[in-house]
Amino acid sequence: MSEPGGDPKPLVIAGNSYRSRLIIGTGKYQSYEQNARALEASGAEIVTVAVRRVNLSDPRQPKLIDFIDPKKVTYLPNTAGCFTGEDAIRTLRLAREAGGWNLVKLEVLGDCKTLYPDMLETLRAAEMLTGDGFQVMVYCNDDPMMAKRLENLGAVAIMPLASPIGSGLGIQSPINIRLIVEEAKVPVIVDAGIGTASDAAIAMELGCDAVISNTGIAEAKDPVTMARAMKHAVEAGRLAYLAGRMAKKRYADPSSPLAGLI
Amino acid sequence: MGVRLTVNGEERSFETALSVRALLTELGLEPAKIAVERNREIVPRSQYDTVAIRDGDRLEIVQFIGGG
Repeated sequence: MSEPGGDPKPLVIAGNSYRSRLIIGTGKYQSYEQNARALEASGAEIVTVAVRRVNLSDPRQPKLIDFIDPKKVTYLPNTAGCFTGEDAIRTLRLAREAGGWNLVKLEVLGDCKTLYPDMLETLRAAEMLTGDGFQVMVYCNDDPMMAKRLENLGAVAIMPLASPIGSGLGIQSPINIRLIVEEAKVPVIVDAGIGTASDAAIAMELGCDAVISNTGIAEAKDPVTMARAMKHAVEAGRLAYLAGRMAKKRYADPSSPLAGLI
Repeated sequence: MGVRLTVNGEERSFETALSVRALLTELGLEPAKIAVERNREIVPRSQYDTVAIRDGDRLEIVQFIGGG
C-alpha cells in the first residue's frame, strides 16, 4: 500500500496473500443473504464454513455457495462439533473432496459447555492432517507452549481463543496472546470470543496477524453495520500496532509547551 | 434386484443397482460442491459414474453450510 501510514504487508497464510486481516464466519446469520451483505461490508476474503449432511428431504433449500461464491472468497472448512481427532480428519477429508482445496481450520473440542479445545486431540489431529497434505490453521487455547508445539507440527496459522466460542467476552488473557505472538513464526489469528469492534482492535494492537469473528457480527442487532465496524477496528488496531503506541505514564504530561506562558 | 442403502442415516430403497451419479440424481442433488463417502471411504468425484453402490452400503453426502 502506498498511502502514507498504510499497512505495508499483506496477511500471508501458507503462501497466499490477503489484503484483509478480518476473517468472518457464516453461522448464526438470519439468512445467507444477510451473511453475504455482512461479508461485503467486512471486506473479508476468507470465510469459515461447516461441513454437514445435505438435507435429503428438501434438497432445494438455499445453499451457502449460491450466496457466497467460493471462487471469489476463500472457504475455510472447519471441524466444529468434532470431539475426536478421527472425527475432525474424516470431516476435513470430505471438505477437501467437496471444495478441492487443502486449507482448513482444525478445531477439536473437549467440552460441550465451554467448547474449550482438547489440546491433546488437537495436536494428534494436526500431525495427522499435515502428514496427509493439509494446510492446517488450528483453533487452540491461549497457551504459548501449545502454540509452539502446533507450529512445530506444521500448523500454518495458530488461532488461540480470546474467550469461549460465541461468548463475546473479548480477550481474557492479553498477556498470553502477546507471548504467543512474540514466539510465533506463522500468523497468529485470534479466533473465538470477539464480542465487539474494540475487542478486535485490542487483538490487533497486541500484534495478532488477523481476527476471526462470527457471533460478534452475526448476533449484533445490525450485523452488516457491525461487520463494517469490525473491518475498521482490525485496520485501526493493525496500524496502531505498526505505529507503536506511546509509553504509559503515571502522571499528566502537558501537550502544550509551558514556555512562553503569559 | 432392489438395493437398500443407508444415506445420511436414513434407510432408502431403490429398485435397481445404481452408480453414485445416478443416486445423486435420484436424490435431486447436484454433484457440484458436495462430497460422498461410501462405507467410510471417500468416492472421488471422477468416479461417480464408475463406482457402483451395493446393497447394504452406508453413504454420507455432505456440503458446506454456514459455520464459525
